[in-house]
Amino acid sequence: MSVVIRVENLSKQYRLGEYGTGTVSHDLNRWWHKIRGKEDPYLKIGDVNDRTVKGTSDYAWALKDINFEVNQGEVLGIIGKNGAGKSTLLKLLSRVTSPTTGSIKAKGRIASLLEVGTGFHDDLTGRENVFLNGAILGMTKVEIRSKFDEIVAFSGTERYIDTPVKRYSSGMRVRLAFAVAAHLDPEILIVDEVLAVGDADFQNKAIGKLQDVSKGQGRTVLFVSHNMSSIKRLCTTGLYLENGYLVLQDNIKNVADLYSQKSLIVNKTKETVLSSCGRFRLKTPYWVDHFGLETEAYSVNDKKVLRFEFDFDCEVPKINPGFAILDLLDQRLFTSHLLDDENSNFTHSLKGRVVVDSIVDLPLAPGVYKVIYGVRDEFDNTVLFKEDLLLEVQQTVAKNGASGLLWYTTKWKINSNLPL
Amino acid sequence: MKEEEEDWSLVIKPSSGLFDLQLKEIWRYRDLLQMFVRRDFIAVYKQTILGPIWFFLQPLFTTITFTVVFGNIAGIPTNGVPQLLFYMAGITCWNYFASCLMSTSSTFTSNAGIFGKVYFPRFIAPLSVVVSNMLKFGVQLGLFLLVLVYYLIIDSNVQPNLYMLFMPLLLLLMAVLALGFGMLISALTTKYRDLQFLLGFGVQLAMYASTVIYPISEVPEKYKYFILANPMSSIIEAFRHAFLGSGEMPWVYLGYSLLFSLIIFMLGTVVFNKVEKSFMDTV
Repeated sequence: MSVVIRVENLSKQYRLGEYGTGTVSHDLNRWWHKIRGKEDPYLKIGDVNDRTVKGTSDYAWALKDINFEVNQGEVLGIIGKNGAGKSTLLKLLSRVTSPTTGSIKAKGRIASLLEVGTGFHDDLTGRENVFLNGAILGMTKVEIRSKFDEIVAFSGTERYIDTPVKRYSSGMRVRLAFAVAAHLDPEILIVDEVLAVGDADFQNKAIGKLQDVSKGQGRTVLFVSHNMSSIKRLCTTGLYLENGYLVLQDNIKNVADLYSQKSLIVNKTKETVLSSCGRFRLKTPYWVDHFGLETEAYSVNDKKVLRFEFDFDCEVPKINPGFAILDLLDQRLFTSHLLDDENSNFTHSLKGRVVVDSIVDLPLAPGVYKVIYGVRDEFDNTVLFKEDLLLEVQQTVAKNGASGLLWYTTKWKINSNLPL
Repeated sequence: MKEEEEDWSLVIKPSSGLFDLQLKEIWRYRDLLQMFVRRDFIAVYKQTILGPIWFFLQPLFTTITFTVVFGNIAGIPTNGVPQLLFYMAGITCWNYFASCLMSTSSTFTSNAGIFGKVYFPRFIAPLSVVVSNMLKFGVQLGLFLLVLVYYLIIDSNVQPNLYMLFMPLLLLLMAVLALGFGMLISALTTKYRDLQFLLGFGVQLAMYASTVIYPISEVPEKYKYFILANPMSSIIEAFRHAFLGSGEMPWVYLGYSLLFSLIIFMLGTVVFNKVEKSFMDTV
């Protein structure tokens, strides 16, 4: 396998804050250092790009000393939280902006699909825009003409192709734009969050097309998305960025796991939450074991109980707490509300301390789950919504075939001694 | 390892050559240039009733206004040339220069959306403006020629001559001048928006300080060099001489305009290339 992209010591510095009168003095100072043959004084400073902490400097490093290589045919998923430097990296790769230091070397044409539909002109028809967009992405007219029918068929907008795109739905625009880009045939394709739009059908089509491009045609794809399931489906390797630093480059599973762990910053304190209407207080719900004691982890076969503890300041006729369990890819396993349970009935109004238990007897597979919970009041208004709870299920017994979402074995029946 | 090193088809580094216009790349993207020109031309008159007629109407009305205000009311002499033709010649040239300058100078700000997402040689954008304005210029020149033919038929004091063949060169000169200025200003406006406010005002002032409304022969001696310092002045004079036979061919000042344009163009290229690399961070 040959290396098609090599990134060496890549850094990108951004100036924070406003551009105004101060800019001139910095520019002059920089220029003055330059003509004396000195190093740019503003390159030495600059904070780690952590948005939550107020920095001391006007400059921040969106990327700092990134080194990696990408092989031909690799589908590389770039993962990181917002502001980790993903988009900056893609912008540098697609030459939209240039690095502050370091270099990128590549073999072959790089085409980027950063938020598709760029350069679509509202007043031009779909047909005209296919040519315009194709040309912007670097195709020649002849190339576009030879692929035109394919592009239109892929996008599924045949009927509207001679209508100005301003009358297109947003889904149609994206489909048409993606179709153009997907038929670009560059050696290296950069894709950023495009699959967020469009229906499931089209998303599958798009992922399929990207897989074709990488596997069938040996092209390299760099892919940025927050949707971990499409990243996992599509990518072979991953790159994890945090605050502008490259933390890990490995196969996609390890990188995605790291991301999942890091993205769960969970508030484990048990402080009381005041509902927005101020009529009750809810302690952060917690899991209890079969002794009624608070627990953080269950064994696979345990019954799991989520406990809500309310303090009502005044009488309330009913309350509707609910929660949902999600896996680390943010796929929701189920949602449950108190009022959906037929056995729930409010014969008395609620007052003082009220404890509500929810029993989950679903055989969840071992792993860590995210729990989101909320409360609706008697008028069905959501008065509370939080997502700071975890559920951990531990594997305590062995099982043949332990993977899957559920820890479940069907009933098996053996009918023996049947006539042959 | 060494063999591999030489294989890279693309190397992205912090900075590139200052005078590098990347002509090879521009050639590869020539279809894009054509698409941009088409887009500019088509998009202007989509959803209008009069459509391309607007290209005629605007210079026509300006000419009539100038004829009435400067010719009839203020009574500025026009070297014996019919006033309508005189002003139209000036306006046709000035319009080309001014509209090229105005649109190229907002290259970065108005294309920020595209520039922020896709790479193509940025120079294509201002170049397409200059080219699509040439089409408009062609249309307006056609109108001018029609009026000229009318005056020839009614036998006025107009003497079109062979210098007309220089017209493409004059056009090119204006294009280079506008492109140079435009690139310079567009590059600077990405950081300092102040210039954008100054520009509309500046272009208008520059028109009064050029030979659009009066012939150079009518300018008092002490202001003459000031007016001729405006590189557009000699171009307009040359244009009038070629098509109307008024005045003289201002060779020396044309040479000055040429030199001026080339210097501005070079300066514009340098600044443009520098800004192109990083403007997404500041725009």
